[in-house]
Amino acid sequence: MNRVFAYIVQRAGVIDDSAGEFIQTARKIDGSQIPTAIVTGFGAELETACACLRPVFGEIWKISNQALAYSNAELVRQALVCVLPAKSIVLISHDHFGIDLAPGLSIKLDCPFASDVVAIDNVQGDSVTVVRQEFGGQISAHYKCDLSSGAVINLRPGAFRAESNSGVSGVVVDKSSQVGALAAKRRYLETIVAETGDVDITKHAVLVSVGRGIQEKDNIPIAEELAEALGATVSCSRPVVDAKWMAKSRQVGSSGKTVKPKVYLACGISGAFQHLAGIKGKPFLIAINKNAKAPIFQVADIGIVDDLLEFLPELTNKVRELRGAVAK
Amino acid sequence: MEILVCVRRVPDTSENEIELDSEGNDIARDELVYSINEPDNYAVEEALQIRDRVGGNVTVVTVGGEDDEEVLRRELAMGANRALLLSDDAFTESDGRGIATILKDFVKREKFDLILTGVQADDGAAQIGGMLAAMLDLPFASLVNSIEVDGQKLKISREIEGGNREVNEIDLPCVLSIQTGLNEPRYVGMRGIRQVASIPIATLGASDLAVDQVSVGKAAAKVVRIDYFVPAQGQGAEILRGSREEKAERVAELIAARGGLR
Repeated sequence: MNRVFAYIVQRAGVIDDSAGEFIQTARKIDGSQIPTAIVTGFGAELETACACLRPVFGEIWKISNQALAYSNAELVRQALVCVLPAKSIVLISHDHFGIDLAPGLSIKLDCPFASDVVAIDNVQGDSVTVVRQEFGGQISAHYKCDLSSGAVINLRPGAFRAESNSGVSGVVVDKSSQVGALAAKRRYLETIVAETGDVDITKHAVLVSVGRGIQEKDNIPIAEELAEALGATVSCSRPVVDAKWMAKSRQVGSSGKTVKPKVYLACGISGAFQHLAGIKGKPFLIAINKNAKAPIFQVADIGIVDDLLEFLPELTNKVRELRGAVAK
Repeated sequence: MEILVCVRRVPDTSENEIELDSEGNDIARDELVYSINEPDNYAVEEALQIRDRVGGNVTVVTVGGEDDEEVLRRELAMGANRALLLSDDAFTESDGRGIATILKDFVKREKFDLILTGVQADDGAAQIGGMLAAMLDLPFASLVNSIEVDGQKLKISREIEGGNREVNEIDLPCVLSIQTGLNEPRYVGMRGIRQVASIPIATLGASDLAVDQVSVGKAAAKVVRIDYFVPAQGQGAEILRGSREEKAERVAELIAARGGLR
């Protein structure tokens, strides 16, 4: 089997959480090898990252270059093409950096690209069968990927169990001299940190979260009334922000805020993984959706199959009644 | 500025529940409603706004068949200057790399300053833009959520974790994959579509594009979907039964029991 590599993203010397997840994936592709880590950067940050990787990987290839001090996918690609042997299998995390890097890398390595893989099903001869989710997680698909000329495989962060190799003390191999001058036609300028907005949804114990099922902006007061009755606040999923019905600061998900409420009401939210990735701390999750097959019902504690425009006002009434009864 | 937008027609998940067919290995396609892939529509809107600010033309292109003409016509109604369909039996069952190869051969015939794609299709892999850029040796950025034109370069921002934005400058010509939400795509009514009904949509095939037929189609595909399936499910939610009122009462009690009434 071809040699398996894992490209590890480091930022300021901190290695990405996904590093341990590559070990299990590599074993599923070829049980006989621990993947070789590749990490890029410059100076003390890169040394710190290498030290963190030594207990996890048997071999760590480092590429030190001043141009790689900030991870720019175009430059990282040039560097990887210089050092990777022919027919390598390269594992990359399917995050905003992996989406930038991997498709173009597969072209430069002249090998297939399997994107956003959530499971490795089996390996037969020269090909691997992987699982992907499509249509916002409504359905899964098996894909067969030919490995005979190597492959770039992007793995969904969090989909694979992290594993560590206890007792491993990896060797760091300096590959910097194999990389020539690096020049990019795209240059990093700055990072703009998201605004908190009028309400900090990460601080609330109860969230009434609305999705596409709310249908139009004029229906949002229905959710706001429920939130008011509960003493909660309203958050939302991405389509609601894209439609400009609510502010970006209210969005829960991988491209929005990470929240840790006690109770989460998902109202008309289908349950795509990008949204679920923003819900931490295992809240009591109540899903209201008119589609009985919505993926949200797989992860919710309680499900109500109903039109939320009808159900939420009824729930608001019941909450008010309950409060009245408690007050008496 | 000459701008190309690569678009695709996909099953519309806001209109359809995607389910397995009776054979159990493909999605039920008979009653699917199709529309333009959502991020692609944002890409077209962005292209139109850039053209209206700095001048030039917007061309939309898709790889597909006759059925896909409807999304091209829709984008003409939005205001695109030109639409082309890349279609040939030899293109059938191409994988992502095959599609990018066909687009690459089309781009090489023309001269574009800026090439946009949607970041990902609902049944896609977020791959075409990055592959196309690498084939053409052009700079690339994914998940773009703002674009400012600054002479021979662009100032762009990308969506990164936590709703933060990474600002870059990128030289023209370049390829960008566009994230949803960066603008408000204009509405297209039936009237607008009727007005462009007579505009011809040119179709280009493998020989027109001088596509190396060994590199596209089923035989060249190295990443191939075998089937669709519904994974074995966990316990899932307890689905409440009864009247709407009974269910609402139960939910209110459950929230209260979890300390949710404050």
